[in-house]
Amino acid sequence: MGKIKIKRASTKVDMTAMCDVSFLLLTFFILTATARQPEPLPVDMPASTVQIKVPDTNLGTITVGGGGKVFFGVTGPNVRVNMLNRVAEKYGLTFTDEEKQRFSLIDGFGVPISRLKQLIAMDNAERISSGLQTGIPADSTDNQLKEWVLAARLATAEINDQQMRVAIKGDADEEYPAIKKVIDVLQEQSLNKFSLVTNLRLVD
Amino acid sequence: MAELNTGKSTPSVDLTPMVDLAFLLITFFMLTTSISKPYAMDVAMPDKTEENSEDQLDVADNRTITLLLGSDNKIEYYMGLLDRPIEGPTVVDYGKNGIRPILLEKIKQVPQITGDPEKGLIVIIRPSDKANYKNLVDILDEMKIVDAKQYMIGDIGSAEVELLTRENIYN
Repeated sequence: MGKIKIKRASTKVDMTAMCDVSFLLLTFFILTATARQPEPLPVDMPASTVQIKVPDTNLGTITVGGGGKVFFGVTGPNVRVNMLNRVAEKYGLTFTDEEKQRFSLIDGFGVPISRLKQLIAMDNAERISSGLQTGIPADSTDNQLKEWVLAARLATAEINDQQMRVAIKGDADEEYPAIKKVIDVLQEQSLNKFSLVTNLRLVD
Repeated sequence: MAELNTGKSTPSVDLTPMVDLAFLLITFFMLTTSISKPYAMDVAMPDKTEENSEDQLDVADNRTITLLLGSDNKIEYYMGLLDRPIEGPTVVDYGKNGIRPILLEKIKQVPQITGDPEKGLIVIIRPSDKANYKNLVDILDEMKIVDAKQYMIGDIGSAEVELLTRENIYN
């Protein structure tokens, strides 16, 4: 009688330990998952069969879309502050510590340098809705994009001691001259290797 | 006795559904974190610095194929030089029923013509002002698919624009 009772009880497994582990993992994944930031310039990327992922660090992203508008962003808050200092010096502007701190949280921006202060003062939702972001000038007369890219490269080299990679994120319908203009800016700095950001193509 | 036993075992709860749920959520978060990342296609452009501008590479014209990217998702291609093309110019589409079989055939043919497996096909991509960014990515992707060893992106000339206009793919 006693033996039979023991056998019956052994069929049940204690799930508490497993539950602990699974919730620990769940917490880990929720915390590490980066919340998707609203993009300042939404673009519809073309598809390709390439399977290499975009790196997370030391990356400068140039977004081209909306009829030739150019946006720029770089990874890492410290790099952003360093970049801002360099560009501010170049154009004879000064930013307060608070403005620098706020700028370090902006993922990507697309305003001429003269209106950057105005952009920094806004909050996240306003920046996108205001229509203030008309793109960074990249013409031969006033090539601010060049300055930003150069500053970002120098800043990345100084802070992380690594080469910055450049990715171009273009809209599928963007005409080639707009992309060509950005590529020319990169080539002027002898940046001949860069990445094009794409989605995954599922069918041929 | 029976009542006493049940009284002792009441605090234990069956955790199996809870574990099920937790694992389901783990799977979801694992997949979404890796899927949401976009992909990067690496491109290397020819060096454009002043010192090298005269350092032109001489290649046999039977090894080069030039692809002109026009409007309306069309490509015009020719082998050799524009003045005296060995083949073409012909208008084709993108994708596996357009340019791909032509490239695959040429990649096989060219080493036989040159008689040297090292001297394969050289693809020159010239996007026109009327081509869009998708076309550029598509053709670079095509290079990866057919495994073209040598390819480059160049600027289009006025004679080639004329050619595209004549074929009505420069709108």
